[in-house]
Amino acid sequence: MAGRVVLIEDEANIAEAIRFLLSREGWTVDVHADGSDALAVIEAAAPDLVILDLMLPGKSGMEIIREIREIEAMAHLPVLMLTARGQLKDREMAERAGVTRFMTKPFSNAEVLTAVRDLNAQALQSASARGSG
Amino acid sequence: MTSLNLLAMVSLGYVSILFAVAFWADRMALRGRGARFMGSPLIYTLSLSIYCTAWTFYGAVGYAARSGMEYITIYLGPTLVMIGWWWGLRKLVRVGRSQRISSIADLLSARYGKSNVLAIGVTLLAVVGVTPYIALQLQSITLSVSIFAAADPTRSYNETGTVFWIASGLACFAILFGTRNLNANERHHGVVMAVALEAVVKLIALVAVGIFVVWGLAGGVSQTLARIDASPLGEWQVNGGRWTAITFLAAAAFVCLPRMFQVMVVENEDERHLRIAAWAFPTYLLLISIFVVPIAALGLELLPQGSNPDLFVLTLPLSQGENGLAMLSFLGGFSSATSMVIVAAMSLSTMVSNHIVMPIWLRSTDAFGGASVSGDVRSVVLFARRFSIAAIMALGYAYYQISGGGAALAAIGLISFSGISQILPALVGGLFWRGATRAGALAGLFVGFSLWGYTLLLPEVAGGVFSASTLAEGPFGLAWLRPQALFGIEGLDPIVHCVLWSMSLNVLAFCLVSVLSFPSPMERLQGAQFVHVFDHSAGPGGWTGSVAQSEDLMIMSQRILGPQEAQSFFQAAADRQGGQGALPEPTPAFLEQLERELSASIGAAAAHAMIGQIVSGAAVSVEDLLAVADESAQLLEYSSRLEAQSLELSRTARQLRETNQKLTQLSEQKDAFLSQVSHELRTPMTSVRAFSEILRDDWGLRPEEQHKYASIIHDEALRLTRLLNDLLDLSVLESGQVTLHVSRRRLSDVLDHAMSSALAGAESELKVVRDRKTEAIELETDVDRLSQVFINLIANAQKYCTAPDPKLQIGVTFEEQVIHVDLQDNGDGIPADFEKVIFEKFSRVTPERAGGAGLGLAICREIMRRLGGDISLLPRQGGAGFRVTLPIQTKIEEIL
Repeated sequence: MAGRVVLIEDEANIAEAIRFLLSREGWTVDVHADGSDALAVIEAAAPDLVILDLMLPGKSGMEIIREIREIEAMAHLPVLMLTARGQLKDREMAERAGVTRFMTKPFSNAEVLTAVRDLNAQALQSASARGSG
Repeated sequence: MTSLNLLAMVSLGYVSILFAVAFWADRMALRGRGARFMGSPLIYTLSLSIYCTAWTFYGAVGYAARSGMEYITIYLGPTLVMIGWWWGLRKLVRVGRSQRISSIADLLSARYGKSNVLAIGVTLLAVVGVTPYIALQLQSITLSVSIFAAADPTRSYNETGTVFWIASGLACFAILFGTRNLNANERHHGVVMAVALEAVVKLIALVAVGIFVVWGLAGGVSQTLARIDASPLGEWQVNGGRWTAITFLAAAAFVCLPRMFQVMVVENEDERHLRIAAWAFPTYLLLISIFVVPIAALGLELLPQGSNPDLFVLTLPLSQGENGLAMLSFLGGFSSATSMVIVAAMSLSTMVSNHIVMPIWLRSTDAFGGASVSGDVRSVVLFARRFSIAAIMALGYAYYQISGGGAALAAIGLISFSGISQILPALVGGLFWRGATRAGALAGLFVGFSLWGYTLLLPEVAGGVFSASTLAEGPFGLAWLRPQALFGIEGLDPIVHCVLWSMSLNVLAFCLVSVLSFPSPMERLQGAQFVHVFDHSAGPGGWTGSVAQSEDLMIMSQRILGPQEAQSFFQAAADRQGGQGALPEPTPAFLEQLERELSASIGAAAAHAMIGQIVSGAAVSVEDLLAVADESAQLLEYSSRLEAQSLELSRTARQLRETNQKLTQLSEQKDAFLSQVSHELRTPMTSVRAFSEILRDDWGLRPEEQHKYASIIHDEALRLTRLLNDLLDLSVLESGQVTLHVSRRRLSDVLDHAMSSALAGAESELKVVRDRKTEAIELETDVDRLSQVFINLIANAQKYCTAPDPKLQIGVTFEEQVIHVDLQDNGDGIPADFEKVIFEKFSRVTPERAGGAGLGLAICREIMRRLGGDISLLPRQGGAGFRVTLPIQTKIEEIL
């Protein structure tokens, strides 16, 4: 059961590839390239999933995830972070900041799809758990 | 009539008394008692009276009988020295003490840089000069004995035997009391006491005879004066030349005679004694000389013609039947002779053994490879001294035998005086003139002694050496070389002639050679020590008692070791010695221990010098000073080396710190660079992978989709290639391994080529404005590299200039040494926060618009630096502006 994805990615070709894959899975994909107004775009779209690049013009993905988690409505929003900087400290920092899943470029299409499906399933489970609780 | 037996018994008794006194004095001194009496100015003054020998005792009367008042000169000389030059003597005494001088040869040697040659020379000359004098004493004793023998026909008198036994006895005395110990600083208390006793005896004897003559024979002072007037004495005319010469000789001999030096300087207990002796000794001389003329006058009058006037002192009482007085007189003469011989033998033996025997012995043992064991040396030195005494005595005896005792006593004495006084210039010059040198002293001595020997000694004493014709006509018929009329100066008294020539040429040679020669450093130092002795040495106080010494040592040690440590060290030593109180006795063992303790703090040489100064009361010797200086110099050098090393260390440490910082920085830069490179590689790689998978997995793409995605893969592959090329380019440029291909090209051609490359294929709206006139310059540079820079800049303008009608203005300006190419577009310009890093690697305004990895401008900067120029941002004025600066160093010709 697919929903809406907001993809914040400044590399147009990568954004196109992800958009292609997820739309074939049935997702609605909103692509945005700039970091500075990313939060407003996400809030406005109220997506089921956010895919966030780490290095963005305007504002870094690390700052954006912190801002997302500060907003109560999006405290449990699944966020998949992508980065071309494959350093361990980036992953640790990102997880502390509240990223749900972390992926290093380059990745295979299968990896992206699996990650998105997993995140979606988890989100549904926890939402139903919160709903019943 | 006094029998010879009685005379012999009295003499033996007198000698026994002398032995006893000397023995007692030595014992007392050893126990540290009687120092106040034995070290008194009285004893010192009396000991100086060895100046008055048998020559004075007997000979003065003879002298007066032959030459009238001239005998006074013999007393006048020393009197003038004591009264008028006591300050000079004081300097001599101070030098002798501070330098631990053992003899006059030692003094001259020490002054002139410890010269061995000088010491040997002076020693030999002293022996030559003094031997006749010793013979003279033996002769006087023999003569006096012969008077008694003549009066006692019952006994046959063996003259030679008597002289031999007397000489042997005197040698024994000198050996017994003169070579008891080795230390030159130790005084010979026994000898000095015996000499003082003899001084009293001879004074009493002569005064007694005088009183007997004046009041007993002449019947009072006025009658005596009348009889003197009547005698031939009153007729003698004063010879001014002789008076001056002999007064001078007597004064010089008083200072230079080895025995006088012995009692005046070596045996001196306290230099303050000189002040008293300065008037007391002239008084003694006055007393001993006052009756000379009356005795001579009455002797000439009363005794038969042909009597030896040298023996009037003896024969006058005898002729009057005054046997007791004659005996006393004999003892007086005996005293004069023996005291002189003993002290002379002692002083000469010190010189002979120290400067001749010991050096030879040491050299010979060295030759045998034997090490000089200290105990060995001590016994050798003692033996050398004793042997020297015996040898000198034998020499005097031999001289007496050979000369036959013919010459008048006074004549022998004067010859001896004028020989010894040749030392005076070198001695006085050494004391007062720093410029005096060893060479000068040697030259003066040599000239003086040669002339003395040639003009006086050989003609007078050993007359046989020169034939009568040599004396009259000169050697080889050279008249100007006649021994007693040198350079044609005739008619002078032989003594005056000798003194005139020998002394003047001696002084001349001494001064001239001193001025012309250069002193060694040792001579300079010693010269300063001697001339400025009062500035350097300790006060006049004598060395008294051991407690004061321990206190001094304590004070010194406290300064060096600190009070507590010094006190505990001294206390421990005192406890070990088992004595009471906190101060130990300064035994050799303790001193050695203390020296070791102090050396740890101040170095061995300094410690030795300081202890030596306190213990012996002597000033620091030059060797000590040199050793201290050496040590300090070494320390100084060592510390400066340490300082240099520590400086170098801290410099190295600083360099290391800086290098470390640089390395850390470089490492961080490398990490950042790798991280950047990784990012730049991963990004296109991601697209390539994603789209190639999409194409592979056959998602049912439409043909145009397939084409589009394949194009993306292609573009990203190109991007990767560009990136790798740029990286390699930059790496080559940064490492400096780039090879420049210099060629000549017009600037306009370079820009044309760059424009066509940068704008090719792009749907270019960018309008490039150029001024071809100013571009008409021939450049000599790496044209391809320069072109690369322009391509980059034009491409950037095309990429980033967002103006509606993008325009790039290229202007060329010239400055003194450089040419500027300015490229200015009309876009938004470069964001302010970006200006600082625009030339850094991987710096991009926005990735979206840039096709590259942000290495372009970094490469441009590297290229321009390689070409000897630079690239910089132009001040903000609307769009982005870059200035490419090229040096004129590469040949630039204007073709206008």
